[in-house]
Amino acid sequence: MTPALRLENLSKTFPLGRTLFGPERPGVRAVHPVTLEVARGETLGIVGESGCGKSTLARMLVGLLAPTTGSIEIEGAALDTADPAAFGKRIQYVFQDPISSLNPRKTIRQIMEAPLKLLHGMDRAQRAARIAEIFDLVSLRHEFLDRYPHEFSGGQAQRIGIARALAAEARILILDEPVSALDVSVQAQVLNLLADLKAELDLTYLFISHDLAVVEAVSDRIAVLYFGSVVELGRAEDIFRAPRHPYTKLLADSAPVVGRALTPPEAKETELPDPLDPPKGCAFQARCPRATAQCGQETPTLAELADGHAAACFHPIAPPDGPAG
Amino acid sequence: MSGVRQFLALLARNRLALAGLVVMGIVVALAVLTPVLPLADPDVTNTSNRFVPPFSEGALLGTDHLGRDLLSRLMWGTRLSLAVGFAAALVAATLGAAIGIIAGYYGGRTDNVIMRGVDMLMAFPYILLALAIVAALGPGLINALIAVAAVNIPFFARNIRGITVGLAQKEFVDAARLSGMSDARIILTEILPNVVPVIVIAMSTTIGWMILETAGLSFLGLGSQPPQADLGSMLGEARSALITNPHTSVVPGMMILVIVMAINLLGDGVRDALDPRLKSGALNRPLPATLVAQDRTPVPAHADGILTLTDLQTQFHVKDRIYRAVGGVSLNVRPGEALGIIGESGSGKSVTALSVMGLVASPPGIVTGGSVHYRDQDLIGAPYDALRRLRGAEVAYIFQDPQATLHPLYRVGDQLIEAISAHRHISRAEGRAKALDLLEAVRIPNAAARINDYPHEMSGGMRQRVGIAMALANDPEVIIADEPTTALDVTVQAQILSLLDDLRRDRGLAIIFITHDFGVVGQLCDRVAVMYGGRIVEEGPTRAILDSPMHPYTERLMACVPELGGGRRRLEAIPGLPPAVNDLPPGCAFADRCDRVQAACRQGAIPLDRKGDRAVRCLFPVTEPQEAAQ
Repeated sequence: MTPALRLENLSKTFPLGRTLFGPERPGVRAVHPVTLEVARGETLGIVGESGCGKSTLARMLVGLLAPTTGSIEIEGAALDTADPAAFGKRIQYVFQDPISSLNPRKTIRQIMEAPLKLLHGMDRAQRAARIAEIFDLVSLRHEFLDRYPHEFSGGQAQRIGIARALAAEARILILDEPVSALDVSVQAQVLNLLADLKAELDLTYLFISHDLAVVEAVSDRIAVLYFGSVVELGRAEDIFRAPRHPYTKLLADSAPVVGRALTPPEAKETELPDPLDPPKGCAFQARCPRATAQCGQETPTLAELADGHAAACFHPIAPPDGPAG
Repeated sequence: MSGVRQFLALLARNRLALAGLVVMGIVVALAVLTPVLPLADPDVTNTSNRFVPPFSEGALLGTDHLGRDLLSRLMWGTRLSLAVGFAAALVAATLGAAIGIIAGYYGGRTDNVIMRGVDMLMAFPYILLALAIVAALGPGLINALIAVAAVNIPFFARNIRGITVGLAQKEFVDAARLSGMSDARIILTEILPNVVPVIVIAMSTTIGWMILETAGLSFLGLGSQPPQADLGSMLGEARSALITNPHTSVVPGMMILVIVMAINLLGDGVRDALDPRLKSGALNRPLPATLVAQDRTPVPAHADGILTLTDLQTQFHVKDRIYRAVGGVSLNVRPGEALGIIGESGSGKSVTALSVMGLVASPPGIVTGGSVHYRDQDLIGAPYDALRRLRGAEVAYIFQDPQATLHPLYRVGDQLIEAISAHRHISRAEGRAKALDLLEAVRIPNAAARINDYPHEMSGGMRQRVGIAMALANDPEVIIADEPTTALDVTVQAQILSLLDDLRRDRGLAIIFITHDFGVVGQLCDRVAVMYGGRIVEEGPTRAILDSPMHPYTERLMACVPELGGGRRRLEAIPGLPPAVNDLPPGCAFADRCDRVQAACRQGAIPLDRKGDRAVRCLFPVTEPQEAAQ
């Protein structure tokens, strides 16, 4: 079966510009070449801390940012056009901040109509019917259509953001921290809505978050991003229970869990490497308790250790219930 | 429509702006009506009637050096000056905004080329530039208009470009692009509507200036040509008779003064009414301590802990609405104890914390009841000097966003020294040594070097450590931490939490920890209070509450937070939204979202029922208090 989404060696380097007389300076590598596949109907979670490149990756996938290298394939067809309208029908985006992703000076109806009119060329009657259909799907009241964004709470605004993404009829949604701006009691409502929509409309999700527990609860597989690279990829139920990469273990140990004693997780340093002066070898070596001389010389690549579980590490942690891969 | 009414109401609140509006209204009305008013022909000369003084028969304001009726010339001249000024402002605003939007939206090279061109235009003194333009095009009113407009384009272009750069990075512009909009459509339907208020503000504050500039060019004989009257040319023609017949200069001069004054007052008013920063109350500087209602009855001190809140009530009075943010909260914390306050946004947890030291912004905040005792002293209603001595020295705060609490222009070390010297006299060397100690106490690696860093040179986790060091600067007894780790990554959060835990164990600090995260509370806090709708709904030892919550809200809130290690699952959502604190129901605030609700829940206030070390505000708790206490 062709994967819903396939990225090959996708990377992004932000140029720093050139000095006045000198040569062009090397840019900042926000995303190192990433190769990933997302199966149809799957939810791939992407976790990482601030500055790990997860939002840059997401913006490349929807065409808001041009990749420096690599290619994106959606359902087997390459996406090489730089026209966001062409992207829009195939892959959509749900933003982190639900209020600021809605133009404060437009009514909800105007916001909802744009993708229907511009991507699908629907006439007025068709648009009204389709908007009503979508609003029923995300359980929003129809009278909201003539109101302005500032009249809504965060949870309602995020439903509107989801409704807009659905209006484009893309089958792949990039969810960029879709619940991190919401209150916990509303968070669950939106996560459940996303799960229902996925089942009903046969959608594929790329779910980006810094909240490990949320990602674990919604994803089939999870990719852990560190300093612009995927360092571990595995099934959601395994990856935090039996992490193979020391960074994933650090993340899992840091997450507050009721009843776990409060000891700072094992780490030598807390600072991320300087992106302007990236370290040689593994980016995590300075913080890694397992680092050796090899880690300072060579950069590990993502390699499969067990069935469906891969890590980019020379000294992966042995799984608790089996021999090290 | 309500927006327009609100704008007019805001404008009318500013007396000077209202006066400007009235004067401008009269001037504009007269200018519009000039052709139909029974006035003499402004251009008919009558040299036998030169320099007739004002208030003469047949010439109310007298006549000029050619015997023309000054009143009539003034009216026609005002009409022309206003028209040219408005037209110039409109042209400058339209072109300037177009240039600014294009430069700001496309950015990069386009922006660079356009804005350097604009800079070059601005490098010339404006009057020289205007003179050069008129010299090139030839004198005449239309050419003067072009010159004045051209001179003012850079002002609009730079202003609008700045706003557009900010807007172009907004998420709604990305969303519009994903909806299939072209750049042109985004500029017209997404950017422009958000820029229009700024254009109006810029116009309202520059239009008076443009009228003045047009008058200046006419005064020099480069604008309106004889016999046509405008205010500038009238002044210019009267110049030779300034001493002998001053009324010929005074009449147009007064009119220019009146118009420019009125427009500027009105413009300032329009700016204040439209500017969102000013609208949100940035102009009302808050008082140094929260207001306390006169009719508050203080509660006598009772020794429950080092900090004791008794029936604290804090409200926000905004126009005719009353927001009961804190509706009677009683809490206490003992030395060495960590008390968690958990709640969602709008539950009143932060306002409770800020009320303790009188840090709720007043207006609109006001403490309407209850007491907060630090040892035996009631902090509510305490004199400002006493409060100031206690702030930071006895009760210190750690806030959510260290980026916002640290001053960006001072080195962190200097800010720490300042925090210390606010409370006691200390030499610079002593202060530096103490600051270094503090940075080491919060485990900042290589503290001796980092003490000279500016806040922006540090990562979020390091900045929050500085925030904690600052809270510790004067060895306080109580630390109130308001979501101190919410903005931080998990690995950093774990370190900050263990640091706080060590501090309270080593120094006997009492910590009030405000959060929405049960995991954090479960790890750090001995006791926890759950807030909903401005009240505590449940309180007790953390373990007991996490193991057997009694209030349905606590139980459901815990169920809807995923916990790491639970695998893929469906979460138990709470339907509905938290109540608005300006419209709380008479009974239980959670009734509308509760699945155990009965008629009695909506009847009236429900007391906090305390049994042993646990308390719950519920008529039908999930676990009965007795069994939980056992």
